[in-house]
Amino acid sequence: MGRLLRQHEFYVAVILVGFSLLVGLVNPAFFSLWNLFALLKSSAVIGIFSLGLLLVLISGEIDISFPAIGVVALYLTNLFFSGIDYEGTVLLPFLMAAGIGVLLGSINAFVIARFQLPTLIVSLGTLSAFQGFILTFVDTRIINRLSDPMIDYSRSKALSFGGEGGPVYSIHTSVLVFLLLAVVTWILLRYTTLGRGVYALGGDRQATRRAGFRIWKIETFIYLYVGFLAGIAGLIHSAHVRSGNPFDLVGTELNVLAAVVLGGARIGGGRGTVLGTVLGVLLITVMNNSLILLGIPSYWQRFVTGMVLIVAVVLPQVRHLRSPQPA
Amino acid sequence: MPPPQFLELDDIHKRFAGVHALRGVDLSIREGEVHCLAGENGSGKSTLIKVIAGVHPPEEGRVRIGGSDLDPVTPLESIRRGVQVIYQDFSLFPNLSVAENLALNNEVEQGRRIVRWSRIRATAREALARIRRELPLHRPVGELPVADRQLVAIARALLHDARLVIMDEPTTALTQREVENLFTVIENLRAEGIAILFVSHKLREVLRISERLTILRNGSKVAEGPTTDFDERSITEAMTGRSVRDEKFHYTAGPGARPPVLEVEGLGRPPAYRGVSFRVDPGEIVGITGLLGSGRTELALGLFGLLPAREGSVRLDGQPLRIRSVEEALAAGIAYVPEDRLTEGLFLEQSIHRNIIASILPELAGRFGFLDFARARREVEEWIRDFGIATPNAEVPAQSLSGGNQQRVLLARWLARTPRVLVLNGPTVGVDVGSKEAIHQRLRALAAEGMAVLLLSDDLPEVVSNCNRVLLLREGRLAAEFDESVTEETLNAHFAETAGTAGV
Ligand SMILES: Nc1ncnc2c1ncn2[C@@H]1O[C@H](COP(=O)(O)OP(=O)(O)OP(=O)(O)O)[C@@H](O)[C@H]1O
Ligand SMILES: [Mg+2]
Repeated sequence: MGRLLRQHEFYVAVILVGFSLLVGLVNPAFFSLWNLFALLKSSAVIGIFSLGLLLVLISGEIDISFPAIGVVALYLTNLFFSGIDYEGTVLLPFLMAAGIGVLLGSINAFVIARFQLPTLIVSLGTLSAFQGFILTFVDTRIINRLSDPMIDYSRSKALSFGGEGGPVYSIHTSVLVFLLLAVVTWILLRYTTLGRGVYALGGDRQATRRAGFRIWKIETFIYLYVGFLAGIAGLIHSAHVRSGNPFDLVGTELNVLAAVVLGGARIGGGRGTVLGTVLGVLLITVMNNSLILLGIPSYWQRFVTGMVLIVAVVLPQVRHLRSPQPA
Repeated sequence: MPPPQFLELDDIHKRFAGVHALRGVDLSIREGEVHCLAGENGSGKSTLIKVIAGVHPPEEGRVRIGGSDLDPVTPLESIRRGVQVIYQDFSLFPNLSVAENLALNNEVEQGRRIVRWSRIRATAREALARIRRELPLHRPVGELPVADRQLVAIARALLHDARLVIMDEPTTALTQREVENLFTVIENLRAEGIAILFVSHKLREVLRISERLTILRNGSKVAEGPTTDFDERSITEAMTGRSVRDEKFHYTAGPGARPPVLEVEGLGRPPAYRGVSFRVDPGEIVGITGLLGSGRTELALGLFGLLPAREGSVRLDGQPLRIRSVEEALAAGIAYVPEDRLTEGLFLEQSIHRNIIASILPELAGRFGFLDFARARREVEEWIRDFGIATPNAEVPAQSLSGGNQQRVLLARWLARTPRVLVLNGPTVGVDVGSKEAIHQRLRALAAEGMAVLLLSDDLPEVVSNCNRVLLLREGRLAAEFDESVTEETLNAHFAETAGTAGV
């Protein structure tokens, strides 16, 4: 029990439950299965982005270019597959989107690891470069007709029950994808030496080098993985909104960052867990979607997210400053 | 037949921008040999160690480990051949648990890709068993006190296939009892055929534990041989190139009774310490000593407002004073030089200049709050000269200085304030004999000007030769007081008694 109380995740879970109860009290519609499953579905995109950002934060850096990677991946992939009236399995578009993500991630990785630059600065540049690339060299039009496999995916369910006269409730496949990637990321961080290297890097860069890790390898891996996840998240987003919009996603960095930080990842590095991040993602999703249920105008969303981010960053710091310095 | 050479360095050169840190150094260590590396601050000891570890590849020269050359010298290769280094800054991961800190390097070295936590814990237990210590395996290392952090670093280095363990000033943060513990471990390792390379500024330790000795001065080797060929005087002379004497401090109360600068009455912050009363007259250097856990550091932090005392009173120049925060302590004229320069004191990434003026910014600010840059520069130059800080200029970051020189920067910062009461916690930890003397002279001069100096230290020779009174803390209470005739033997006897009653 004592150990539980020291876990950040425990508090996030308590806040999540508390906030949900509050929303449910004001508007009982919140607790309908239909709404809960819809929330889960809409958490998938932010969630997958968050897993990537989690690695970056643990390693002690901040990346904001991933939405642009998602945009490039979703736009090029959909452009190509609608163009050829593709009919096969949806795995191929996913493979392509992930591949584009890895490719763009490798650009980040190269610049960051080779020139030892702070990720924030590099990704500020690549964020607009990636999106600008699409708008300048490819197209600015929204792709309105996705290929059939993508449409099928957008209707697909991982699990459904009910029916027989009653309403049908179903959990979208994207939720499963998010869950799967979360488990993969968890295993990676907890049970591979590479994953522990990411924590080590965020704890002490010098000590990491002395331990025999190749820092450039760890960094390269991080940004390839971020790209991989961003490609997938981008494509899923396009399926959810059933269009390929080159202006989408950029701007969600704030939500993703808020989710990861709420989940206990420390700006400055060294700390953060997948479980915490998933809880943080759920919390942010519930907050964003429930402001409407609570009757708060939707333009408050950004304001509220910003405030939440500040509180999430400040609280651990207060605890840190209050605890007596080890003598 | 003597055992074969394990490590051979031949004509090593290393330069940093503007500094020729190593100038053709040779060094050889046999298997199972305890070898000591001595030299003044900035003479290149840590740099030499980093060359062996592959962190700083040499520009010229040959590194031979375990019978064949390393080309190039990389950290991984050095580790593979059995070299383990304990760095001055411990090189630990504050965010990771004790167990993982102990096992991680080993995992990387063995090229493991998958982490099995049961194996990590087993490795960690094995490591701790070798130093005969228990530490909480789950605790993040950043939450441990300095002494325990160092134990983790030492235990980690002792793991498995180490054939040469290099320790850069391993004893600076340890109490006497812990040093004994470490020496026992070193003896055991030697018996197992593992070689030790040991850097220390405490000559007594060097003479006691090492078989061979190499002395550096200004990046060159100036002496080498069996330890039995040396004594404290000859080591000191080889290091400094001159003879150094550390004379005993004598306090003479000035004519006419001057009121005490500092009076402490029943000060306490249970359970760390309680009921502590003493006074310091102008010109006195009062020593406070005691084992780790005696409340020594907490008392110092109390006087400086970092961990404010909860009971008792303090008077400064006869005026009652409440110290509830660092600001109040500073405003009243109390300065504190902390024990752990690496984590508590310095802005490592900032220039020496900024580090020194950090504490006197308000004074340097002229009208309208603008900084008087010219004056700041003059002051800084003065301090660098007075303390003999070895640096090309004042603009290099503090972290590029050798450990001992960092300590001098920290001292300069606090002395620049010319405080009424100066509280020093282990002021010469990691400082070489030559500059130790310089710092001691400086303290005496300050005392002579009427400053009250409180010297907290477990370096008994330092306490005995510099203090005109010594207070002994034991389990948070003042256990004894000695006048200037105190000797190391007396203090040692009292320590032994403490250890006995504590049941350790
Ligand atoms: N990374 C670096 N960049 C620039 N100069 C450096 C660097 N590391 C060391 N030096 C310089 O090299 C010289 C030797 O430093 P080193 O740390 O080896 O001394 P040391 O003998 O270990 O001293 P100490 O006893 O104070 O720890 C010093 O003048 C130091 O300023
Ligand atoms: Mg050194």
